[in-house]
Amino acid sequence: MNGAFDPKRWWPAPLLPLGDARDLTLLFVVAALSFLAGLAAIAALASERAAVGWRSELAGSATIIVRAQGAETPDAAALRAVVAVSGLRGVGEVRALEKAKADQLLAPWIGADALPSDLPVPRLVTVELDPKTPATGADLDRALSAAGVDATVDDHSRWSAEIMRAGVIERNVALGLFALLLAILGAVISFATRQGLAARREIVDALHLSGATDGFIARLFQARFARSAAQAGLAGALLAAAMAAALKLTGAGQGLTALLPIAWRDLAAPAPFPVLGALIAAVVARTTATAALKEVP
Amino acid sequence: MSRKAIVSEVSAADPTSPQSIVRFEGVSMRYGRDPEVLTDISFELPQGAFYFLTGPSGSGKSTLLKLIYLAERASRGRIEIFGQDLALLRRKDRPFMRRRIGVVFQEFRLLDHLSCFDNAALAPRIAGRKPAAYRADVADLLAWVGLGDRMHAMPPALSGGEKQRLAIARAVINRPDLLLADEPTGNVDEAMGLRILRLLLELNRVGATVLIATHDKDLVVRSGKPVLHLEAGRLSPYPGQAPDLDE
Repeated sequence: MNGAFDPKRWWPAPLLPLGDARDLTLLFVVAALSFLAGLAAIAALASERAAVGWRSELAGSATIIVRAQGAETPDAAALRAVVAVSGLRGVGEVRALEKAKADQLLAPWIGADALPSDLPVPRLVTVELDPKTPATGADLDRALSAAGVDATVDDHSRWSAEIMRAGVIERNVALGLFALLLAILGAVISFATRQGLAARREIVDALHLSGATDGFIARLFQARFARSAAQAGLAGALLAAAMAAALKLTGAGQGLTALLPIAWRDLAAPAPFPVLGALIAAVVARTTATAALKEVP
Repeated sequence: MSRKAIVSEVSAADPTSPQSIVRFEGVSMRYGRDPEVLTDISFELPQGAFYFLTGPSGSGKSTLLKLIYLAERASRGRIEIFGQDLALLRRKDRPFMRRRIGVVFQEFRLLDHLSCFDNAALAPRIAGRKPAAYRADVADLLAWVGLGDRMHAMPPALSGGEKQRLAIARAVINRPDLLLADEPTGNVDEAMGLRILRLLLELNRVGATVLIATHDKDLVVRSGKPVLHLEAGRLSPYPGQAPDLDE
């Protein structure tokens, strides 16, 4: 085929030359930022899920510590506590732990052999709560007081609040990291735009002298850097998703995935970075180029 | 054109003429704190004029052209292009004035990553014309300057003469009202120089005002066109014979 009839030869070539080594460096940096941002986003979702899971586990139960009164045996006191709270609205299964279980819980502090057999060890009663309308610690307290049982109710609310607070902090740190990486991307693009304008000054001059407006030239850089950010951002995001998938597949239920329970849908979390990155790159490249071009006569 | 007529055109232009394309009044130019490159320059190019700009190296020819195509600002004096005072021209309007000016640079300033076709198509592309609208014009123009079979060649593969003709094609593709050329025959042999002169005369014939900075004495003599002569940054009326271009 005669080249003169090849349509591609008549299609206008890009006014800015195609990528060189500088562009490759930029692509690598943007891909790395996208990879880190993607991991941060996945970690944010997973930590949120872990916090919610732990909290729901704690919120679904309460523990009653029962102390025997007078000549009453601990087992009898525990039985009275079970009777007192069973049947309350928002209460499911109620179970008194055997003495052996109570001893086992004390063993780490006192030692298994140092515990006298006649020591009135408080009995523990576990209460499963209705997940929809759980009874509160105050409800249980009232029922136990009415039955004359000397007991303390632990509804885990203190731990639950701590876990929630930790979860919120983790999520905010991850989101802050995500935002920081986007800000770094903006700074990198701004630097690259100024470098690009300086390196291609001859082209910029030729375009100016041919009647190009500052906006026309700025748009060339805007399109170039937005496209680069989108491409490199996509590569980094895919890599982050692949790494998260590998973590999930190789460490299910153990190690890192036990602390950060990754769900398959979390793998979509890095998706916003290429889009946001391209938008930020477009805005930053445009404003940087427009400002820099004003310095050109 | 007679000596008298030339002097008359250069030095006694009517300041109120609406036909003025380029008008300098007491223009001086210096770079930073250096001595003035141009001093008290006054002249006028009427519409449809064809002038040569001569003078020894360092006399300020390129600077004068730069002032006209808005690449530099005068230190003093008043410049009007197409009747517009450049001191009052807003930055956002400068590109639109530049689109009316074609420039052939001494060093060509071709874009090496673009083909001959894309280089020549630069101005219409910047002006926002669709490829389908300018494709035939560019092809015709390249054929006209003798580059019909080199349209898809890249500038580094062109000879000096071919680059010169491509630079001319790029400068005239939008049919500029004013064409400036800095040493357009400086890199070509005599035959090619005459061919380029004919191109420029043809452009002038169809309406473009032309100003050519050159050292080429033969070109000036053969054309018989008037001369603006610079000596040490000052404009000298044409002395009545071809200036000593070999100074």
